[in-house]
Amino acid sequence: MKRTIIGAALAAWLAVPAVAAEPLELQWWHAMTAVNADRVNKIAADFNASQTAYKIVPVFKGSYAETMTAGVAAYRAGNAPHIIQIFEVGTATMMAAKGAVKPVYQLMAEAGEPFDQSAYLPAVTGYYSTADGKMLSLPFNSSTAIAYWNKDAFRKAGFDPDKALQTWPETLDVAQKLRSAGSACGLTAGWISWTQIEQFSAWHNIPLATRANGVEGADAVLEFNNPVVAKHIQNLAESQKDRSFDYGGRTTEPEGKFLNGECPMIQTSSAAYGIFKAGAKFDFGMAELPYYPDVAGAPQNSIIGGASLWVMGGKKAEEYKGVAKFFTFLSQTGLQQKLHEDTGYLPITKAAYEATKASGFYEKNPGREIPVLQMTAKPPTENSRGLRLGNLVQIRDVIAEDLETVFAGKSDAQPALDDAVKRGNDLLRQFQKNTQQ
Amino acid sequence: MERRVVFTGWVFPALLLMPQLAVTFVFFFWPAVQAILQSVQRQDAFGLSTRFVGFENFAAILADPAYLASVEVTLVFSLAVALLALAPGLLFAVMADKVVRGAALYKTVLLLPYAVAPAIAGVLWQFLFNSSVGIIAVALRRAGIDWNYVLNGRQALLLVILAAAWKQISYNFLFFLAGLQAIPKALLEASAIDGASTRRRFWTIVFPLLAPTSFFLLVVNIVYAFFDTFGIIHNVTQGGPANATEILVYKVWYDGVVGLDLGSSAAQSVILMAIVIALTAIQFRFIERRVHYA
Repeated sequence: MKRTIIGAALAAWLAVPAVAAEPLELQWWHAMTAVNADRVNKIAADFNASQTAYKIVPVFKGSYAETMTAGVAAYRAGNAPHIIQIFEVGTATMMAAKGAVKPVYQLMAEAGEPFDQSAYLPAVTGYYSTADGKMLSLPFNSSTAIAYWNKDAFRKAGFDPDKALQTWPETLDVAQKLRSAGSACGLTAGWISWTQIEQFSAWHNIPLATRANGVEGADAVLEFNNPVVAKHIQNLAESQKDRSFDYGGRTTEPEGKFLNGECPMIQTSSAAYGIFKAGAKFDFGMAELPYYPDVAGAPQNSIIGGASLWVMGGKKAEEYKGVAKFFTFLSQTGLQQKLHEDTGYLPITKAAYEATKASGFYEKNPGREIPVLQMTAKPPTENSRGLRLGNLVQIRDVIAEDLETVFAGKSDAQPALDDAVKRGNDLLRQFQKNTQQ
Repeated sequence: MERRVVFTGWVFPALLLMPQLAVTFVFFFWPAVQAILQSVQRQDAFGLSTRFVGFENFAAILADPAYLASVEVTLVFSLAVALLALAPGLLFAVMADKVVRGAALYKTVLLLPYAVAPAIAGVLWQFLFNSSVGIIAVALRRAGIDWNYVLNGRQALLLVILAAAWKQISYNFLFFLAGLQAIPKALLEASAIDGASTRRRFWTIVFPLLAPTSFFLLVVNIVYAFFDTFGIIHNVTQGGPANATEILVYKVWYDGVVGLDLGSSAAQSVILMAIVIALTAIQFRFIERRVHYA
């Protein structure tokens, strides 16, 4: 009796693959937490329910840096995932890894999926495309830097709570007055290198590095130690002395200073909207980044941050077909529109942006269009298309280190920026050496 | 007559040694050889191109002011941690040794921090000293001290030193207590009868007899500060501000895992390996000899 049952079970087990084909599993490694992780899982589940041939398996791999390292290690060990989410600063590293990654335009063409690059927002895809415009990775979550202000604090200090500040001189002046009015600080900034050096340069249409910020070649040289940036950093350093500007850390830490009311103004990622919306016990507004009116060409357009999806190399054609189908699914207007409205991330297709506009979402949610407008107001120049610099993760830290010495009053802006440029260039040359084949 | 068990062949003893040898090989020798290999190569992140560069990685590190600054930070950090963990450990041990009632309770409480993982210890201290929300930070600011370890390198270093030392006090306490209990009571009683004060007895009898323990603990504490404090640094300061708390092991991790520069990272870990080998050699040559195992 017992033997027959085992025999039957064994037979059934052996028979299953022959009868119903299991869907082909495709690994998707990502770095999203909390609400955003739920969204990733939901997208995967919806895709899996929409067809039977493939199954996307989302796997959380830690922070952006950890996910990237995990992907690199997995590739070296010969079991890389099919799709991996890589933050924008890792773009140059992924691009240089020819053979280790499969460019998206190639993937879509080989799989025969309909793919029209002009359907995507150039301000977003430009960051992830070659110099001649071929898309290498699919933008997933894109944000840009914007300014937020605490309307309640403005009201209390006697400022018009509904008037967005447009220029840096105004912003620094208001920051000082808020401080004199008893606020613990006036202004702070998240992602210090990203908002105050990288975005600042694009917004003022000045180059961060030569060769169109590295897009045109790995031999780019950093040159952000120019008088405009130096003057700006010196202004921040002066404001740090009386805490009308207060440095709060290299990444998202300063967002806490805005949330707890300490600093009534902050410049940080547009994706922080969700956190502020959920946690702020005050009214807040969103505005475009301020600019120096005496800089010709400012404001230009800001650049993106966030992450994109890369396809790893060395997989079977059948698997690539599934990945291509998933990317088509991801680019659907309805899905993109919902992602944009829910998260504060930017839409990646023109159709999704138009649909959001048509739905009246921006009228009902003032300020939510700011990031898109700020990025698309002007056609990008070679200073504002994006950055493609190797070792950018470390370069950002080098910049942050040098800015910290300035804000601590141990150095002036110019020598600190000169030092950051010098050390950053060493990192660029090292990357160039390591990746030459 | 001494009776010894003698193995007749070499196969059986070799088999008995195999598990231990296998573990040592897989977890120590193999990675060490890999590190040495990597340290003389330059590679891109994905390992698509590899070049042999000889000692170029080492030369680059030793000429890098950031690395030398990290060496300095590491020295200050480990000596401070060792001293701040040893002195209270000794004090508590001497006190606990005298307690008669509730001795077990005191000892248990004093040992508790050792059970806390370095990462958790870091987070606890960060909560206390966080510039915006920490209770102690707020109190310090009320007292007129401009506490902001996010910008002030000295404050940041002080904070990680305190957190790292706090965690290690328990370990030192335990060894000092054992050391104290091994000191012959007759010596202390004799000197007490001769009229030596408590303080004098401590400095002339107890402290010298504890010297081997202290030396052993000094080495162990320095090794702890060099390697095990990664979790604390990672959680509290991430090596900042402006590298004020970037110790060598943090830099190895950062350059290798975040920066994906394996050649430089491997060269740095080979240097660390040399330091550990040197410390161990000192330990065996100069200290083990003098330790009296009763």
